[in-house]
Amino acid sequence: MVADTSAPAAKPSIADYLKNNIREYGLLVALVVIMVFFQIVTNGVLFRPVNITNLVLQNSFIVIMALGMLLIIVAGHIDLSVGSIVAFIGAISAIMLVKWGLPAIVVVPACLIVGGIMGAAQGYWVAYQKIPAFIVTLAGMLVFRGMTYVVLGGRPIGPFPKEFQILSTGFVPDFLSFLNPAPETIKNMVALVAVVILVALAIWSGFRNRRINEMHGSENEPFVFFALQMAVITVVALFIGFQLSTYRGLPNVLVVMGVLIALYSFVTTRSTVGRRIYAMGGNEKAAKLSGINTERLTFYTFANMGVLAALAGMIITARLNSATPKAGVGFELDVIAACFIGGASASGGVGKITGAVIGAFIMGVMNNGMSIMGIGIDYQQLIKGLVLLAAVFFDVYNKNKG
Amino acid sequence: MDNIILEMRSITKTFPGVRALDNVSFKVSEGEIHALVGENGAGKSTLMKVLSGVYPAGTYEGEIHYDGEVRRFSTISDSEELGIIIIHQELALVPLLSIAENIFLGNEIAQNGVIHWPQTFARTQELLKKVGLSESPSTLITDIGVGKQQLVEIAKALSKKVRLLILDEPTASLNETDSDALLKLLMEFRKQGMTSIIISHKLNEIKKVADKITILRDGGTVETLDCHKEDISEDRIIKGMVGRDMDDRYPPREPKIGETLLEVKNWNVFHQHHRDRQFLHDVNFTVRAGEVVGIAGLMGAGRTETAMSLFGKSWGHKITGDVYMRGKPVDVSTIPKAIDAGLAYVTEDRKHLGLVLMNNIKENTTLSNLGAVSSNGIIDDRKEAKVATDYRSKLHIRSHSIYQETVNLSGGNQQKVVLSKWLFTNPEVLILDEPTRGIDVGAKFEIYTIINQLAAEGKGILMISSEMPELLGTCDRIYVMNEGRIVAELSKEEASQESIMRAIMRSGEKH
Repeated sequence: MVADTSAPAAKPSIADYLKNNIREYGLLVALVVIMVFFQIVTNGVLFRPVNITNLVLQNSFIVIMALGMLLIIVAGHIDLSVGSIVAFIGAISAIMLVKWGLPAIVVVPACLIVGGIMGAAQGYWVAYQKIPAFIVTLAGMLVFRGMTYVVLGGRPIGPFPKEFQILSTGFVPDFLSFLNPAPETIKNMVALVAVVILVALAIWSGFRNRRINEMHGSENEPFVFFALQMAVITVVALFIGFQLSTYRGLPNVLVVMGVLIALYSFVTTRSTVGRRIYAMGGNEKAAKLSGINTERLTFYTFANMGVLAALAGMIITARLNSATPKAGVGFELDVIAACFIGGASASGGVGKITGAVIGAFIMGVMNNGMSIMGIGIDYQQLIKGLVLLAAVFFDVYNKNKG
Repeated sequence: MDNIILEMRSITKTFPGVRALDNVSFKVSEGEIHALVGENGAGKSTLMKVLSGVYPAGTYEGEIHYDGEVRRFSTISDSEELGIIIIHQELALVPLLSIAENIFLGNEIAQNGVIHWPQTFARTQELLKKVGLSESPSTLITDIGVGKQQLVEIAKALSKKVRLLILDEPTASLNETDSDALLKLLMEFRKQGMTSIIISHKLNEIKKVADKITILRDGGTVETLDCHKEDISEDRIIKGMVGRDMDDRYPPREPKIGETLLEVKNWNVFHQHHRDRQFLHDVNFTVRAGEVVGIAGLMGAGRTETAMSLFGKSWGHKITGDVYMRGKPVDVSTIPKAIDAGLAYVTEDRKHLGLVLMNNIKENTTLSNLGAVSSNGIIDDRKEAKVATDYRSKLHIRSHSIYQETVNLSGGNQQKVVLSKWLFTNPEVLILDEPTRGIDVGAKFEIYTIINQLAAEGKGILMISSEMPELLGTCDRIYVMNEGRIVAELSKEEASQESIMRAIMRSGEKH
């Protein structure tokens, strides 16, 4: 029997609020704790400017793919093929750039289109033929990997032209250097200004949202939490921005990633497409009977994943400066793990972009931190597996208790 | 007769923020059929969950005396061991296992983990005979109807040496024939000395079988009525449940019937799975503006299938026939097209087909017409919140806000959210499939009131219901369906329980 809902609910106390939203705060707290932990045990190496830059470069592709994967998981599916798409896109970009000598300006969009077609090809089987995504994308994983070997003839291809490498190793040029007050420490003024502007924007929009919520009588989080959260984000962002500005500035990849995160957050929370994906994952039959074209939506979700995997594939290939048949092996697992650590539900309908991004960074910081500490790949895997299990257990435990 | 088998004393059970049971006392004598009634949310199921150990001892206050001793059950198996078996509203059978496998699931007749099949089948046959079910033990659950599945559940209970059988809404999804059979079976068991507790919203059935009736309201015991001492009328029970007289269960209405809105001609549909079997034969009907039209019939008559095949071909295949809206032919071949044509379909299964339970009221309300609260694919939060707030107050949805998840709403309020969703698509004709199933008396009245309002606004209503009094009380015209055909059309004056049943029986003889 459902608890009596006609009774007016008391205004939730701060403790109640914390209990109901422990998952979201918990994730942020976990990331901060993990960062501080590794900062200490690595004797401050973690937050050195060069390492922060590395961290971004190493994890950008996981984050980018996690955006698409989150939509797929929310829709109630899974995509195991992204690692192989990464490899295949790397291979064909190498053929086009290195063998055929095509310019990057042609190759990049072409690769994105090919990725979209690869995703769509799988989406067709899932959406219209109703074959479980696990099976379709398992097949895709094998097929695309095989195609990669065929295209590359089993040998790596490289190196790549500079214009293509900029994608992942380039930095936003410092066009604001004339504003620089301290050229001795600050090497890149754009990074600092950009971060300050972003933080200001975040605070402004946070307050604006609260005001709008108040106007509509919907619940706001208690001010204490809002303020604390904003403070943590501000401090971390400013610190990282400052550190980056003392090195080479904003990596191009970071900008691409930031724009995509903002775009997908917007799509999931504000757009009709996003809303429909959540409804479909929550109850596909009800969504269908409500007039939603669930097949087409599923199809596009997979096509979108293909495009993001292609982007990630190019970033990785450009970074390694070589296309190898073994690229991207096991990436799908990191991406999926990031979504689940971030609170997505394996049965669909639940999950947030911010959660997936934080989940990806938790994995990334652990990878990076453990590598600095010199922990072998064997133990790294073991520890990451346990963290995934613990995060999901935390979810389940909270749900049962609530 | 007055040997008390079960006594629950001052049971209090609280959930965070809600007191679901407040000092409830409940006494059952051995060998009786004891009905437990009350509106949804009154605490019936919670009380039974306390009794069966779903909520273990310690999570509630009060005492359970069973068979003369205080019992503290910490799991369901503790209570089952003493012969307390509960059959839940949602049946707990595994569809792709056989009847025999289901009956002995978790309780297999086996040696060292190896199942003894001959003995299992023999025992199953015995049990099936007891419940009057003539099916082979190896038949899969998915191949038998809900009525028979219910009997399998009871057979399963019998296999566990049941002494106190608890049935939670056993007839909610059964047609009248199956319900009657089930009630007869309960009376048969009573003769053999078994005790049953039955939770039900169907007061006529309760009147038929119950020896005593305990009424719960708002988590407390109102009274226990003894059916042998006095003649208990349905109105008497309802009065206890809602705490007030309900002279008229159906709000009055002055029908103002206008032009024909929906007309369906020669609707033929083949079965969704058995593809060469024609399921609907030449179905013809009309719905006019301001009119409430009923479709009566037994379970499996093809009522839901008619509605769903009409609504964007959501059921069946090889669908042929013509649909007209205000005299003009319309295309209803996909759900979006059907919505555009002015149709709305409120499904009979609101939890699985009607709502996205994990989403809130606001999100469910606008789901079918998101375009109206968005521009260029971006949702306007304020507009959306306003729409949801308006429907919430218009339909009296009881919740603390439009941001409450629909999974936490009572059945009646969930149904109102589904109605909101469809009203927001501004349909001309609403097809309501069992709109009051599993909803308490008070909420039913509210739903009827909404239906009347919609008809008064000039909308056409097509209402499918298995409860004949409901159809008789609300409809201006009733079609009777049987075996995929419309077998009678009755005006309000002609319609009665007898005339409907007669139409069904006569048509059955013809085939």
